[in-house]
Amino acid sequence: MAKKRGTPPEVNAGSMADIAFLLLIFFLVTTTIGVDQGINRKLPPMQDEPDVPPINQRNILTVLVNMNNQLLVNEELMELKDLREKAVKFLENNGDGTCSYCEGSKDGSSSDNPTKAVISLSNDAETTYETYIAVQNELVAAYNILRNRESLKKYGISFSELEYIFSDPASKGDYSDKELEELGEKVKYIQELFPQRLSEAEPKRN
Amino acid sequence: MSKFNKKKSGDMPAISTASLPDIVFMLLFFFMVATTMKDSDLMIENKLPKADQTSKLFKKEYVMYIYAGKPSERYQSTYGSNARIQLNDRLSNANEIQSFVTSERAARNSDAEPYLTASLKIDKDVKMGLVTDIKQELRKAEQLKVNYTTTQGSVTKR
Repeated sequence: MAKKRGTPPEVNAGSMADIAFLLLIFFLVTTTIGVDQGINRKLPPMQDEPDVPPINQRNILTVLVNMNNQLLVNEELMELKDLREKAVKFLENNGDGTCSYCEGSKDGSSSDNPTKAVISLSNDAETTYETYIAVQNELVAAYNILRNRESLKKYGISFSELEYIFSDPASKGDYSDKELEELGEKVKYIQELFPQRLSEAEPKRN
Repeated sequence: MSKFNKKKSGDMPAISTASLPDIVFMLLFFFMVATTMKDSDLMIENKLPKADQTSKLFKKEYVMYIYAGKPSERYQSTYGSNARIQLNDRLSNANEIQSFVTSERAARNSDAEPYLTASLKIDKDVKMGLVTDIKQELRKAEQLKVNYTTTQGSVTKR
């Protein structure tokens, strides 16, 4: 008797789930959802003898951090939580009245205008990295508060967003060259309103 | 008269498991897409500090990683307990950073170079002396774009 031909035997798919589970468990175990964010900074280029421009003392906000992670801001002991407010006040103080968008107190003994104001940061070699980052974070926050305020006023979009779109290499596909150029100009304009002049002391040689 | 036989009440119909592979595959694809593989084994402790003024890093092809921290417990007998720098898979000294930057640059497309950022993953208990050394070496290598990689969180509340 000949076997009936035409219908091939059905493939057993029962073990498919097992195989898929195996793969699933492998990926579950190897997955790490990474931390992909942080504070962006640009280091100054290396110079043998950095030229020191003359800056008036009232235009400098000196921040010192010692080995016990304590803060000294303009010769005053300060808590970390007060630093942000202090920096904002200092930056937009507008002592000479030339800054039309500032809302500062026009104190004669503080900075002249945002383009002249410099924040100088120096830390001890024994300072912990955590404190350093906290201080950096507060100072960057001060700039961001002011820049976002102006950017929202002028363009209706926060500066952080503006800058992210502009500097992301992936934007090249999403925006035309012309749009990117316009974005760049906006970013530059806001940056010039409050230029980030955050200087870090050269490490001491012993 | 089998036509009128009542169905046995205790006999449950078997639940079809035919769609089980589909569900599992769906999960599988999700994890495959969301996975980022660890590319180097950390030999150091690496608890990142917290910050809230952060911006996102760009795609991995534009980033090089520099780690620093205390050697983890099982390496402490060989490397001591002082904070060290880790580049790729081994503990290094600060003077090796320059050649590391050069090799990272060479491994990438030339048009990616202006976007190339050094992500500093430094343990929060590291002293600034070491961090300053890293920064000086990066400046010597003209790798000026850096990102102090942190976790999201408020700095003032501990």
